[in-house]
Amino acid sequence: MSEVLDSYPQWLDGAWVTIRLTLLGGALALVLALVFGLAGTSRSAGVRGLNRVYVEFFRGNATLVLLYWFFYALPLIGLRFTTMFAAVLALGLNVGAYGAEVVRGSINAVPKAQYEATIALNFTPFQRMRRVLLPQAFALMLPPFGNLIIELMKGTAIVSLVGLVDLTRVSKNIQGSTGQTVASFTVVLVLYFVIAQVLQLFVRYAERRVDRMLGRRLPPEPSLGTIAAGAPGAGVSG
Amino acid sequence: MSWDWHYSGEILPDLLNGLRYTLTATLLGYVIALVLGLVWTLLRRSPSRVFNQVVRWVTEFIRSTPLIPQLYFVFFVLPAWGVTIGSLTAGTITLGIHYSTYTAEVYRAGIADVPKGQWEACTALNLPRSRVWLDVVLPQAIRRVIPTLGNYLIAMFKDSPMLLAINVAELLFSAYQVGSKSLQFLEPITMVGLLFVVVSVISSILVRRLERRYATN
Repeated sequence: MSEVLDSYPQWLDGAWVTIRLTLLGGALALVLALVFGLAGTSRSAGVRGLNRVYVEFFRGNATLVLLYWFFYALPLIGLRFTTMFAAVLALGLNVGAYGAEVVRGSINAVPKAQYEATIALNFTPFQRMRRVLLPQAFALMLPPFGNLIIELMKGTAIVSLVGLVDLTRVSKNIQGSTGQTVASFTVVLVLYFVIAQVLQLFVRYAERRVDRMLGRRLPPEPSLGTIAAGAPGAGVSG
Repeated sequence: MSWDWHYSGEILPDLLNGLRYTLTATLLGYVIALVLGLVWTLLRRSPSRVFNQVVRWVTEFIRSTPLIPQLYFVFFVLPAWGVTIGSLTAGTITLGIHYSTYTAEVYRAGIADVPKGQWEACTALNLPRSRVWLDVVLPQAIRRVIPTLGNYLIAMFKDSPMLLAINVAELLFSAYQVGSKSLQFLEPITMVGLLFVVVSVISSILVRRLERRYATN
């Protein structure tokens, strides 16, 4: 065990790669989720179609397959990425597709009367989104977004299979060099768990703030609806 | 470089062979996830608070750590403890255990969605515990969660490529192998990707149908 813990500089380096991938992938996913989620609520069928194509393609694909495709297949047609960039792209595109469904579903879940009120008040479509629909939808989005960022963090482990030295790769290396199988693989699982709990704390904090801002309390128990929304492979119905 | 149709046809049998492993691991793993998930849910309803918290943390731990280090753990640690295990078996079991923590959440929400009046009626009728669960609560809860559970089958299918980390000869693994033989990766990996999209799109249509069929409101 002590040999495994003595390699803490390696663990720290690995953790830093994992955290960086989570943050960069999460940022890309958030942007894509907002752009394509808003596209999904558009009145133009063409724009909505764009949302469907993006969501079905990237949500339907396995992240690891996407990563292999960016990493092994695209260089053959002249597109070359660094491993880090390919990984962020694969994770961001995949999780962004789930996120887009969350955004679309949450905006649609804001009561119809709110939307009608904005029309009665003669708001422009931009004001409508910015001032009324998005702030309310945001509170609905947070719990599923929290699940998604943890899914994304777990998803970063795939980069160990294309040569990036993240936490998972570090555990394999240390297991190889020290022969301490149980200790190395236990330590890595605990480290991932700690990272997940920290992310969880941030999400809870954000949820509480948004709820207070809007002056409402969401039920503490997850209902089937929120589980379906946060499930990998699941969209928001409606 | 352009698409090589002849090569694509040539590698198809290899990919289909990999697909067999993918489907085996996914389907058997799904059975484990469905059964074990229900076990977690029922364990969490035990009267002992300490026991409840232990089960909660165990499932939370499994759910918030990635599949690949879990695969390593099962595949490399079990032999160290004297249990010899094949890579496909290790992969299937790990996938099943990992997803059982998700299905447990789903069952729990499903049970919580069963109207309170149903429980009260059972108490009024003085039904024994086993009849309450088997004849009243579970049939209603499971009906509600069928679409969500369907989504997890798709999710497991999409996570199955990660089994290549412990050398399970699944779909992506076979694609990578035929690719490295000829150094033509574009065709095999693109074909795998398209297959995933096709399967996911078809199955999400099926799940949507399930949702309509089992809609409660």
